[in-house]
Amino acid sequence: MTTTASSVDSLDAGPATTSPGVGRVAGRPSRGRAAPVLAALFLALLAVAVAAPGVVTAADPLAADPLRALAAPGAEHWFGTDHLGRDVLARVVHGARHSLSIGLLATAVAVTAGVLLGLAAGLAHRWAGEALARAFDVLSTFPELLLALLVVAVTGPGTVNVVFAIGVAQIPTYARVVRAQTFVVRRSGYVEQAVTFGHPRGRIIVRHVLPNALDPIPVLATLGLGQAIVAASGLSFLGMGPQPPAAEWGAMLSQARDYLRVAWWEALFPGLAITLTVVCVTVLGRRLQRRFEGRTT
Amino acid sequence: MTRPAAQVPIASPAASPDSPVPSLPGAVTGGDAVGDGPGDGESGGAAGARPWRRVARRAGARVASAVAVLWAAATLAYLALWLAPGDTVDILVGDGPDTPEIRARIVAEWGLDRPEALQYLSYLGRLAHGDLGRSYQLQRGVGEVLATQVWPTAQLTLAAAGTGVVLAVVIAVLTAGRSRWPRRLASAAELVSVSVPQFVIGMLLLAVFSFSLGWFPVSGARDASALVLPALALGLPIAGVLGQVLREGLERALEQPFAVTARSRGLTERALVARHALRHAALPAVTLTGWFVGVLLSGAVITEALFGRPGLGQVTMQAVTGKDMPVVMAVVILSAAVYVSVSTLLDLAYRLIDPRLRSAG
Repeated sequence: MTTTASSVDSLDAGPATTSPGVGRVAGRPSRGRAAPVLAALFLALLAVAVAAPGVVTAADPLAADPLRALAAPGAEHWFGTDHLGRDVLARVVHGARHSLSIGLLATAVAVTAGVLLGLAAGLAHRWAGEALARAFDVLSTFPELLLALLVVAVTGPGTVNVVFAIGVAQIPTYARVVRAQTFVVRRSGYVEQAVTFGHPRGRIIVRHVLPNALDPIPVLATLGLGQAIVAASGLSFLGMGPQPPAAEWGAMLSQARDYLRVAWWEALFPGLAITLTVVCVTVLGRRLQRRFEGRTT
Repeated sequence: MTRPAAQVPIASPAASPDSPVPSLPGAVTGGDAVGDGPGDGESGGAAGARPWRRVARRAGARVASAVAVLWAAATLAYLALWLAPGDTVDILVGDGPDTPEIRARIVAEWGLDRPEALQYLSYLGRLAHGDLGRSYQLQRGVGEVLATQVWPTAQLTLAAAGTGVVLAVVIAVLTAGRSRWPRRLASAAELVSVSVPQFVIGMLLLAVFSFSLGWFPVSGARDASALVLPALALGLPIAGVLGQVLREGLERALEQPFAVTARSRGLTERALVARHALRHAALPAVTLTGWFVGVLLSGAVITEALFGRPGLGQVTMQAVTGKDMPVVMAVVILSAAVYVSVSTLLDLAYRLIDPRLRSAG
């Protein structure tokens, strides 16, 4: 999925984009300021779920109780139970760890490799840099999910492999931006100055080029994180991610599909969790982006 | 210290060649076309003397970049096979029958007894002849396997693309230049459609329209009614993003001098939008080609799995799960071919939409 580019692309919207869910809670979102705050709050809650899931729910996400399978949401099980009688709330809370860590690690892989390759392409000699740049261009024309599937076909399914697959698939996004940025910085006055003063090449790269070439990365990485979470849940949905009985949102949804007629709750809550997480990450990413562009509202 | 970062348009819809918007390398899927401001229109006039030469050069560049993308895809697929741990013959056999005859056949077909450079060249040569190789698991030619499954996927993606584009135009026309609420709703729809995974939308549609209301079948691809929900699930995310881009384009277009002129000629607002402004609004949308094809192709894999539809997505999934590398490699090459053809078609459409580019080519 190359939606990263599009989400980056379609942002000139002007007034803040508020999600319906976030907006409704806020009542009257005052010029979109409430949305980032609520998004940050939700992500903070999520961070608690990742760090200490026991604080949020005492139930065991893996404890099956066939006698209580597919129980509707109620006082005992707030989100109901799934087809094996496991507590859906516990699975959603514990699932945050899987889904978020895959997204974060994949983004880390993509950013690290993307920055290094982009920097190399921006600094290399003309033909080498050009060749690298063309390679990024071609790679970024491939749908991310298909690239990730190609990687999984080689490595096999599993959590680590999914991290690697999504990370590799997202490298071109970062590499292209860093290369473009390096080009700009390379020709800037202060770098020319440093060259004139006879500073060693390595020092100029580390002290001047790298920090400035990294400027757009935080924004891109935040938006990319949202897309990585979507991609990870997609791969898990297809059965390529953490293997059962692990609680992962995409995998939960894939199992819930078979019980959709009788137990909507088994699908609804993990679905909501993914959606809210990605909406919140995207809202924050766009806020960062507007600030980055000096268009703070 | 200056911060040159601001000069890099990471959020500009007018894609520069280095922007993160995927555009065909070396080609002009919009990058330069958007750069052609209204004032540049006349610059092509001087070259009007030999238009055929320009057209030929353009077509040549186009073909060259298409070939480059296909070559890169084939190389990428080959690299994946080469990097895969283990013996290449073992990988190619996969879970299929493993006899000395089959192994000998694989060695012969892939030229594994020859030097690596020759293996790669013979692989490229084979592809150039349109031979996608053989799946030793399914014991059939890969081309044959894919050909039987192309039609359901083509139906799904075309229906979804149509749904997405029509909905996007409706959203854009209804919300452009309106008061805050319709616009807010549209941008919320855009945010949700980039954020919600396709299978979540699909599950929601399934739960409501198949399981609760019983309007559409739950799975399969027997008749047209089975196509409705999958096409919606795949088309809605497209509509959300495209609608937003079109709306912004419309709003920009309606502020331009030509809009004032048209209004002063007595054109109604509706006619102005339909006959003039939509054309302008469509230009930035064309730069989303890469994204568009990506959503359709990767969405098809997920949508087919969710709705139990036959098609290329299911073939891909079976191949990935069974490590049937020849099929996986062919899918990668096929998707590159689809990308190349769609972006070429859109590039042509671009010229039809924007008359300024016809001479400037």
